[in-house]
Amino acid sequence: MSWFVRSKSNIEKKELKEMPDGLWTKCSSCGEIIYKKQLEDNLFCCPKCNFHFRIGASEYINIIFDDNSFFETNTEVKSADPLNFTDSKPYTTRLEDTYSKTNLNDAITTGIGTINGKKISFGCMNFNFIGGSMGAVVGEKIFRAIKTAINEKCPLIIISSSGGARMQEAAFSLMQMAKTSAALSELAEAKLPFISILTDPTTGGVTASFAMLGDLNIGEPGALIGFAGPRVIEQTIKKKLPNGFQKSEFLLEKGFLDMIIHRKDLRTKLSSIINWF
Amino acid sequence: MSKVVLDFEQPILALEAKIKEMKELSASIDLSKEIVDLEKKVESLRENIYRNLTRWQRVQLARHPERPITSDYLANLFTDFEEIHGDRKFKDDPAIIGGIAKFMDKSVVVIGHQKGRDTKSNLYRNFGMPNPDGYRKAHRLFEFAEKFNKPVITFLDTPGAFPGIEAEERGQAEAIASNLLLMSSLKVPIVVVIIGEGASGGAIGIGVGDKILMLENAWYSVISPESCSSILWRSWDFKEQAAEALKLSSFDLKEQGIIDEIISEPIGGAHRNHTLVFDNVKNAINNTLNSLLNVSPEKLVADRRQKFYKMGVWNE
Ligand SMILES: [Zn+2]
Repeated sequence: MSWFVRSKSNIEKKELKEMPDGLWTKCSSCGEIIYKKQLEDNLFCCPKCNFHFRIGASEYINIIFDDNSFFETNTEVKSADPLNFTDSKPYTTRLEDTYSKTNLNDAITTGIGTINGKKISFGCMNFNFIGGSMGAVVGEKIFRAIKTAINEKCPLIIISSSGGARMQEAAFSLMQMAKTSAALSELAEAKLPFISILTDPTTGGVTASFAMLGDLNIGEPGALIGFAGPRVIEQTIKKKLPNGFQKSEFLLEKGFLDMIIHRKDLRTKLSSIINWF
Repeated sequence: MSKVVLDFEQPILALEAKIKEMKELSASIDLSKEIVDLEKKVESLRENIYRNLTRWQRVQLARHPERPITSDYLANLFTDFEEIHGDRKFKDDPAIIGGIAKFMDKSVVVIGHQKGRDTKSNLYRNFGMPNPDGYRKAHRLFEFAEKFNKPVITFLDTPGAFPGIEAEERGQAEAIASNLLLMSSLKVPIVVVIIGEGASGGAIGIGVGDKILMLENAWYSVISPESCSSILWRSWDFKEQAAEALKLSSFDLKEQGIIDEIISEPIGGAHRNHTLVFDNVKNAINNTLNSLLNVSPEKLVADRRQKFYKMGVWNE
């Protein structure tokens, strides 16, 4: 089924929303014109309607970790092209283009840092890197982040945003669902907490593996979270989806999220939760 | 020939029809030499076509309406099968079938995606596309197997987990994820057999095992060639190219280290000779099971995890 990666045109539209150019930007939810500096001060949430703009790993690291405490790891783990995959362009070209466009190494940034002095093994996905898709690099870096948590005896926090699997890595990308879940079973045996934070959007193979396996599953307000993407569902059932379908609030109601935390409360709440363990 | 003829089989069908016609004529004239020649020709044509199948042609064979489906394996490889229905939470999902059975006199748990044979049964089985309840039934059966220390055999044959409103409401993603977690810790052997279509999360949702066996013409990947075409090529017309690019055949996956063993099919595909396929699959499962039965639970789990940790290629 085509629920894994959204179409590129869709991604590009969303990127505009997430990386506003110039001094002003428009809230894609309520239409409010917001001064960029003000948006940043408000942790990229609309001051009028609280819409959570999409942000990447570097912003989340600034928001939740103690100043200068975060050390990024495994930056040298980079995508290979084991299948020699070519669609409208070769996968290697797509990767090169994405490296220069995003200045990122892949769809996840991992490392270790402290929140209120407590050590945390951390991973955060980057949606603007090929739709936050999970290939072998994402799988391996999550695997290593889990191993770090086990070795350092500290909690694991992963922030997800993903269209699903990296199609250009075909079956290898599918296997990352099993790989990350298997590694989490070792974390569980070590009795160490995994806090999974699902942001807009988290769908496909990421939701259907590690992202739904948190000891705590936390959503950001209004985030799209699901297995199949809304367009695929609409095509299948040939009906319009109800308002709010697959949003965080819907998942909370249905029992699949434990809590929804506003971005401005994220650091404080995480700190208090970590203290519980 | 089977009743359903795939596009690339047309030339074979044409020759076979001609032979039949000549045989009917040979009552009055002697055409035995010509018939023998034509039979040789059709044989070499068959060899030529079936030994050089493209990946897309294999996908077509994997979806052949007369191909053996999970219930056929249940009926022919196992004895004393007792179906266990339901997830004890919400409902029974007919797209996943499971239960207890004997395999060569050993007690086992069997779980598989279940397609239908005709329109009516396919509608009932939702074309083998499970809802969360199906994965939760499987979850329950995995735990059942572990509790009573019996091995599990799973059969994979799905076009994908169902993308529907209720599936989302009841946590399709969570249901699959929970199974992945459970299968990677289960203290009994798990043998996975990919018999037809292995489409993405819906397939691996019952597909984490100690050994992964795959029928020669089955396919297994992250997405179907059609959906891949529609997303990456933005058109439904590039399914052949997508199938090639995805490298989704049993031979590809063996090379990628994702499956352990290819189970051979009769020439022309599994639907040509069910009995032969049942024999081959039975032997493969038996050998695999025997190699796992004396492994300690700790080693079984550790090896299974390592197997999946190794999957993937990256630069560093
Ligand atoms: Zn707003």
